[in-house]
Amino acid sequence: MELNVLNADQAAASAEGCSASACGSSNDQMSHLPDSIREKVQNHPCYSEEAHHYFARMHVAVAPACNIQCHYCNRKYDCANESRPGVVSELLTPDQAVKKTKAVAANIPQMTVLGIAGPGDPLANPERTFETFRRLSAEAPDIKLCVSTNGLTLPMHVEELAKHNIDHVTITINCIDPEVGAKIYPWIYWNNRRVRGRAAAKILIQQQQKGLEMLVAKGILVKVNSVLIPGVNDEHLKVVSKIVKEKGAFLHNVMPLIAEEEHGTFYGVMGQRGPSDEELQDLQDACSGDMNMMRHCRQCRADAVGMLGEDRGSEFTLDKIETMDIDYDAAMKTRAIVHKGIEEELAEKQLKRERLAGVKVPSGPVAANKSFRPVLMAVATSGGGVINQHFGHATEFLVYEASGNGVRFIGHRKVDQYCIGNDTCGEKESALAGSIRALSGCEAVLCSKIGYEPWGLLEDAGIAPNGEYAMEPIEEAVMSVYQEMITAGKLDAESELKKAEV
Amino acid sequence: MALTIVESCVNCWACLDVCPSDAIVSAEPHFLIESKNCTECEGDYADPQCASICPIEGAILNAFGDPINPKGSLTGIKPELKDDALKEIQAR
Repeated sequence: MELNVLNADQAAASAEGCSASACGSSNDQMSHLPDSIREKVQNHPCYSEEAHHYFARMHVAVAPACNIQCHYCNRKYDCANESRPGVVSELLTPDQAVKKTKAVAANIPQMTVLGIAGPGDPLANPERTFETFRRLSAEAPDIKLCVSTNGLTLPMHVEELAKHNIDHVTITINCIDPEVGAKIYPWIYWNNRRVRGRAAAKILIQQQQKGLEMLVAKGILVKVNSVLIPGVNDEHLKVVSKIVKEKGAFLHNVMPLIAEEEHGTFYGVMGQRGPSDEELQDLQDACSGDMNMMRHCRQCRADAVGMLGEDRGSEFTLDKIETMDIDYDAAMKTRAIVHKGIEEELAEKQLKRERLAGVKVPSGPVAANKSFRPVLMAVATSGGGVINQHFGHATEFLVYEASGNGVRFIGHRKVDQYCIGNDTCGEKESALAGSIRALSGCEAVLCSKIGYEPWGLLEDAGIAPNGEYAMEPIEEAVMSVYQEMITAGKLDAESELKKAEV
Repeated sequence: MALTIVESCVNCWACLDVCPSDAIVSAEPHFLIESKNCTECEGDYADPQCASICPIEGAILNAFGDPINPKGSLTGIKPELKDDALKEIQAR
């Protein structure tokens, strides 16, 4: 199977001009993929920015053991209140995992994907992991299976992975240079010994690269996750991106390091900082010249349930699923109808996007000058691809870039909710200031509604609040606002300045 | 001769899977080693397997009651070098 699709992407990107299919739908990161791959990922919320508004995923925590140590991970995984990779509330046996998966699939019919992601390394728990996959492929064949791994034992498990109809594997690759690796991985467990430092990193890197090559040769889709650690692998990740692309990974997901002292990780305790939003975006942009970058990752828990960014795990605890009586055959019928409905809606959106791609930046005298600078805008949405959230209720904003080339998704910014319907909350103001800080770099924020107080503060911060596109599709609205900015001459002064600089 | 798991254990299962003697039992509040089964991996491996994969410093003791993985041995930073490491990491 030919998987080297990233080169095709590059060719398209470097082509002169801008055909509707290559550019107008640039927000759809799947658009450059061949049909065979797109079919596999179009309903996978973690692989498609668009799909994540419609389809849900879940992780089952059957894999507690790990065979390496990463400095950003604390092996004390049991925590109910943290939301980050490697953390879970309760471990499951394979039998409990199968029960839970069926319960979720029946109750959340838009759940399409079951992943095993920890809290340790799934392939360091091969019996528990593969028992779960074996049973689910037999008993719930309408669910896609995927797994993520640190890659250390990946080569010896590729055969088994291929057997279970697992067509997606995520490998976390933070480096290809053992010198860099020695700063991230203090030790690995290898051939019945603990191996440390540079020697450990070298083995891990070799195994990851070999595993990647073997998976690609088998026709299994590989996504590569990398944790951006400032001062350790930030520059290095550009090389990593290039190499994993050459070897056939179809998607690269650069995630920000999460390091807080209270998490008890080595980096957290030692005061290693995480990257700023701007640093992350710059690196993603630098890598995107080489490959398809994923920008909507929410770094979820190893037992997350529901849509990306939400966690409905508490509805499906062990004691609750024990009392649920699931008729999976009946559930599969309902699920098929729901999935078909979503796919039709997505197809309709795709058509709309193609029409939109025909819409160019305004005509008239200004149109002659095509070099309007790109503008970042933030959007408050609770899903469905439309602007449907109150500014004060948003726990995160999606950031889009509008330019002469269309609209593209850049990433998301987390904020603390400042308004929970109680005006007496004393922390309201500082949280609002935090929201505004999180939007730095954006020039407009689109939401369904916005209060008087944040309106003024946003304007003071140079961010134009906009509630005029409530319930409208995001990309269309962002393009309209961009066009309004151009028409109003708001981008003129800047472009003049830029010209002067050149 | 047998090894012991103490309360700093985080119940991560890693040791249980690699023990050649089935000497480790999953228990609350933490995993335990059944001393009658533990061979310290003599005859099977050069190093005791549980202590070779355990991620927690000090969680497994040898027959003399000393930690097999003492402080600093798993982070790679000896306690006396911690201040230098802090400075270096915080400058990133």
